[in-house]
Amino acid sequence: MHKSLILSSGFHLFIIFFAMITLPFVAKKPLDIPPIVSIELIQIADETNIPYAPKAKKIIEKVKKEQEKLVSEQAPPKKIKKEKPDSIPLPDKKVEKIKKIEEKKQNPEKEDNKVKQVSEFEKDEMFDLNQIAALIDKSKEEMALTNEKSLDVSQSQDPTMNSQGLTLTEEDALKAQIFGCWSIPLGLPYNENLLVRIKLKLKPDGTVTKTEILDHARMNKPGQGFYKVLAESALRAIQLCQPLRVPSTGYERWKDLQLNFDAREMLEG
Amino acid sequence: MIRKIQTIVLLILFFFPNNVHSLIEVDITRGNLNPLPIAVSPLFSDEKTTSNGKKELEISDIGSEISKIVENNLRRSGLFNPLDKKAFLQKSDIAHFKPRFEDWGLIKAQALITGKVSLIDDKLKVEFRLWDILAGREMIALAFTTVPNNWRRVGHIITDKVYERLTGEKGYFDTRIIYVSEKGPKTRRIKRLAIMDQDGFNNKYLTLGNELVLTPRFSPTNQMVTYLSYFKNLPRVYLLDIETGLQEVVGDFPGMTFAPRFSPDGKKIIMSFAKDGNSEIYTMDLENRIVEKITNHPSIDTSPSFSPNGKYIAFNSDRSGYQQIYTMKSNGKSVKRISFGKGLYGTPVWSPRGDLIAFTKLHKGKFYIGVMRTDGTGERLLTENYYQEAPSWSPNGRVLIFYRETKSDSEGKGFSAKLWSIDLTGYNERLVETETDASDPSWSSLLSN
Repeated sequence: MHKSLILSSGFHLFIIFFAMITLPFVAKKPLDIPPIVSIELIQIADETNIPYAPKAKKIIEKVKKEQEKLVSEQAPPKKIKKEKPDSIPLPDKKVEKIKKIEEKKQNPEKEDNKVKQVSEFEKDEMFDLNQIAALIDKSKEEMALTNEKSLDVSQSQDPTMNSQGLTLTEEDALKAQIFGCWSIPLGLPYNENLLVRIKLKLKPDGTVTKTEILDHARMNKPGQGFYKVLAESALRAIQLCQPLRVPSTGYERWKDLQLNFDAREMLEG
Repeated sequence: MIRKIQTIVLLILFFFPNNVHSLIEVDITRGNLNPLPIAVSPLFSDEKTTSNGKKELEISDIGSEISKIVENNLRRSGLFNPLDKKAFLQKSDIAHFKPRFEDWGLIKAQALITGKVSLIDDKLKVEFRLWDILAGREMIALAFTTVPNNWRRVGHIITDKVYERLTGEKGYFDTRIIYVSEKGPKTRRIKRLAIMDQDGFNNKYLTLGNELVLTPRFSPTNQMVTYLSYFKNLPRVYLLDIETGLQEVVGDFPGMTFAPRFSPDGKKIIMSFAKDGNSEIYTMDLENRIVEKITNHPSIDTSPSFSPNGKYIAFNSDRSGYQQIYTMKSNGKSVKRISFGKGLYGTPVWSPRGDLIAFTKLHKGKFYIGVMRTDGTGERLLTENYYQEAPSWSPNGRVLIFYRETKSDSEGKGFSAKLWSIDLTGYNERLVETETDASDPSWSSLLSN
């Protein structure tokens, strides 16, 4: 009895164990069901509801109002438009229409005349395509104007811009001028620290009103003969070059200027 | 209260830098290498010496001649462009006391030299001033007194002072060059020792030409010369005092002896000679005549040259298979090869500044004079020719003098040997005029230090 019970239990355990190992391979993999994506069905609006940029929106509204005024001042059209508002235009006709619009883009005067003659529906459609282009142009112009204004301010008035250096072009122009004026004393040793820093006070036309050697103490120190020669050559270069090629604007920026004369690169050859 | 003040101070420190006007800095790292335009006004004669009409004429000539010497020296240096005197707007006597800087600026002069000469008690007194035209101020003013026939040297000394003031390094104009003067056909050349001013004037012969003379070298400290001469076909090293003309035999050496040179302190001579068939480098103490062997290698070691501090020696050796330049300590230790380029390198000469070594290079049948740093880097070939060698430095280490030979035809005609100078830029190469053909030049130190 016990024996059969043990055998039965062992047999059952074997079956269960066998099923656990083999069945997963036998069984088919479940289908990879993609996640459910809900789709909301909505009605397409007559006009797109993508919001304009706040600035552009204002401009559009402004122009729109002007157009409305213009239309209201016009006499109602005598003839009704050939195409019915409900009808769907054929593809060919659509192309024609786009061409017309393009022409209007290039010639704003014509566009004004045309606006006077077309129906309210056409006017709306034309506004949507053509006026946006015009608006973009206009907004670009406005941006350019504001940029120009801000540039004017930065170069002449804005005190916060004083900390900015010369532009690369301005710096290169000044360097090129002084390169031509500076006769480097070729007898100087290339392996010594010979950097001459000269502070200049300039007039708006680039004339030098004051020069100051920042390490002036070195000039008369014994054993600093090389420094003295280099400093004098640098001063000669400044004198020879003046008026310096300074920018025509932003005097506040460069009325004080420091030139660092370093001949090592040239002397080392 | 204190805390409030602290807060305010902190706030000021925090915000203050934002409002400070920062100075724009422009780095000027390049300039032009054009010669500096300089006006050399003729030195005028002082009215006080006009009592004797003859003397006045002589003096005015001297003044004019001195200014010509200065002008020529400056022009040959390649660093200055002396302006044409015809363009000068101000008379030299007025300019000497108060130049009109605007007038000199008009002719594009950046510096001006003025001066006067006078004869007082048969002594020539020469004053000169150097002016900075652009800054409108005097840069240097000096006076010299000497015997009248020494006026050429005065011109050279003035040039040295001007050169030093404007370039930052000592000049090399009040110097002399000793060389081997050569005459006659190539197969039977008569070679004599000759000495002249660095501009080719005041040429004098020091030997008669009976014996073959080679490789004269100046002492760095005084006006002594050592050279090699063959006496009864045996090489002999001599010492010659240029001031007194006294000559002294240093010693007879066996075999091939080459290029004796002084040590920087002038107390030793370094040379190479072949003993037992092997050429090595030796030094000889001039006081006790003790000879010391410096190198000991089976290869050929020749052309030794001391560094200016006397701690190192440059020489050439074929120990690597080809003739190359080596350096070592003055006791012969730490031998290091420094030349690695293609071709053969020889005659290394250490610059008086200590930063460069000049050499002769032979590559593909052409001879080059070049310089390299003392570690062998930065090799620059300054000039190339059919045959040229034996570079010698000017005392300021800016210019090299060497000799160049021209090719002779099949009959031996057309051959010549001339002295040439070239500066470190390699652009300012000039023929040094000599009365005869010349070779083996050696540049003296400054006569007036």
